[in-house]
Amino acid sequence: MSILIDSQTRLLVQGITGRDGSFHTQQMLEYGTQVCAGVTPGKGGQLFANSVPIFNTVADAVHQTSANAAVIYVPPAFAAGAIAEAADAGLGLIVCITEGIPTVDLLRILPFVREKGARLVGPNCPGLISPGSAKVGIIPGNICLPGRVGVVSRSGTLTYEVVNHLTREGVGQSTCVGIGGDPIIGTNFIDCLAAFESDPDTDAIVMIGEIGGTDEQQAAEFVAGNVKKPVIGFIAGQTAPKGRRMGHAGAIISGSSGTASEKMAAFEANGISVMERPVDVVHLVRERLGQVSV
Amino acid sequence: MNLHEYQARELFRQAGIRMPDGEVATKPSEVEAIATRLGGGVVIKAQVHTGGRGKAGGVKLATDPREAAEHAETILGMVIKDLVVSKVLVVPAVEISSEAYVGMILDRESQRPVLMVSASGGVDIEEVAASSPEKIRRLAIDPRFGLLPHQAMELGFALYDDLRHVRAAAKIMTQLYDVFMDNGATLTEINPLVTSSEGEVLALDAKVTLDDNILERRPDLALLRDETAEATSEVEARHAGLTFIKLDGNVGCVVNGAGLAMATMDLVKYYGGEPANFLDIGGSSNPEKVVTALRIITRDPSVKAILFNIFGGITRTDDVANGIVTALQQFKVEVPIVIRLTGTNEEEAIRILSEAGMTALNGMDEAVEQVVARVKEAA
Repeated sequence: MSILIDSQTRLLVQGITGRDGSFHTQQMLEYGTQVCAGVTPGKGGQLFANSVPIFNTVADAVHQTSANAAVIYVPPAFAAGAIAEAADAGLGLIVCITEGIPTVDLLRILPFVREKGARLVGPNCPGLISPGSAKVGIIPGNICLPGRVGVVSRSGTLTYEVVNHLTREGVGQSTCVGIGGDPIIGTNFIDCLAAFESDPDTDAIVMIGEIGGTDEQQAAEFVAGNVKKPVIGFIAGQTAPKGRRMGHAGAIISGSSGTASEKMAAFEANGISVMERPVDVVHLVRERLGQVSV
Repeated sequence: MNLHEYQARELFRQAGIRMPDGEVATKPSEVEAIATRLGGGVVIKAQVHTGGRGKAGGVKLATDPREAAEHAETILGMVIKDLVVSKVLVVPAVEISSEAYVGMILDRESQRPVLMVSASGGVDIEEVAASSPEKIRRLAIDPRFGLLPHQAMELGFALYDDLRHVRAAAKIMTQLYDVFMDNGATLTEINPLVTSSEGEVLALDAKVTLDDNILERRPDLALLRDETAEATSEVEARHAGLTFIKLDGNVGCVVNGAGLAMATMDLVKYYGGEPANFLDIGGSSNPEKVVTALRIITRDPSVKAILFNIFGGITRTDDVANGIVTALQQFKVEVPIVIRLTGTNEEEAIRILSEAGMTALNGMDEAVEQVVARVKEAA
């Protein structure tokens, strides 16, 4: 078991013939993900890698293949439109990898996505992986190991760093979710914490946050009231200066709000074990799981 | 991207927001001519990307064109918070009877644009928000419907009693919302919004921050970027597709991914060093990016050692290794380089480096400890 995706997920790829879309579709197929359709307007009727049918529209693809999730690799100018199209076609899970989508585009389409009952992960995220069963996005499969720790993160390569430490020490993962580094995102920490809490195959949760906004503080309060499983947290950006956008559009300390120390204090005050370094993840997970099983 | 006041005024003007006339100038003689044209008293305002211009002496009132030119002489070339003033805005002095605040922000929590208004304007709104939050009215706007007429009127009544003022303020709020949504802003602000002695409601200041992601779609807005207001190294980095931010330390950092780049800086600090920069080479690494990254970092004389921390995913570590080798052929790097790389194509990367007489480490902690030690040896 896992959250959001598993071996039953029937995935549709928007932008399957593009440079990133084709490369990562190949990787997802090799990992064993059920990629059942691709969408590129004007290329309907063709096949991707001699096996995956391509359609002109998402609606066509869903109608003919019963896809139930979408992953988006289209350029920023068209990405918000692609999200709306997937939601309109009734897909329940939409994962948007694209980086650089104007925030106003997202402000405009999010209410529509919610009305259609779809869950958006991202944008500007690495996607998710349930090791051993499916991957949707770009997280390298070889650094993951099937297991019982859930990982949720605002970052990409920092997630790989943390997951790699877990895997090397034999601590496997149920699902790893990258929620994205933009200020406006479809799925936040609380959504993932709630899902991991109710997943019978997740024993502990690792959350990786960063400077900017107050998502981590709210998540910490949620943990205190709603999460019984042990939670281990990390915050990147202790040395980041105020008022500068640190790569991710959402990683900016405005005024005195959104600092790493404020977030780490919120973690500690709400029973989340704080990692000082990425490598600390292994012993903290073991320590907290040990406490639980005693 | 922050706009200068005179640029923000242009976006306001296009949306129809009422403001006093004004013109921008780069020389005292131009200021004198503008002041003559406007007639009466004028205010000369330094155009720099920072708050507290008034306190720093960058905003001055002049009663006639001659005095305007004198003030311009002082303000032009002045340094405010490390920024040199090269332009001033000249506007007519307005007799004001009240100062309010109207601002629009991107609210992460409600995931909506939020309009904030307060009858206590003209001061630092963050202070008002902290000391007396009840003085600020907030309204989250549903972008499907925009700011509805009754909502704007309600907020107008929170600022004024006179119905003419209320209507004028409501109109300005709607226009401010349009500026926000039409230009992909993350902030649009008027502080102060004033009532003049003639009974008009006017925007006396204009502040706009644009979402960097809108600039590709809007070349007209991208043209507003003032590269003279940025560090040259940051401009060069942006042109090469890198994100670079200069810091005060001496350990140069080259990392792929923003989160890992921040975590790397933090780890440098953890092991007793100080990061010299934030640098994200991004996801798709071509060797040329690595060359530019090294060029920018080695130009900083405070850098005593350089750390590469690369976790290959989409980024191919062999591309990074090739970039390092190419850079070292093109120019001399006087400081030690410590390389950590792991992930996609790492065997190939290690081979490329070893042929050039370099080694790579596998762990992030090990690499950071080593680079900090090298800096201490150099000291």
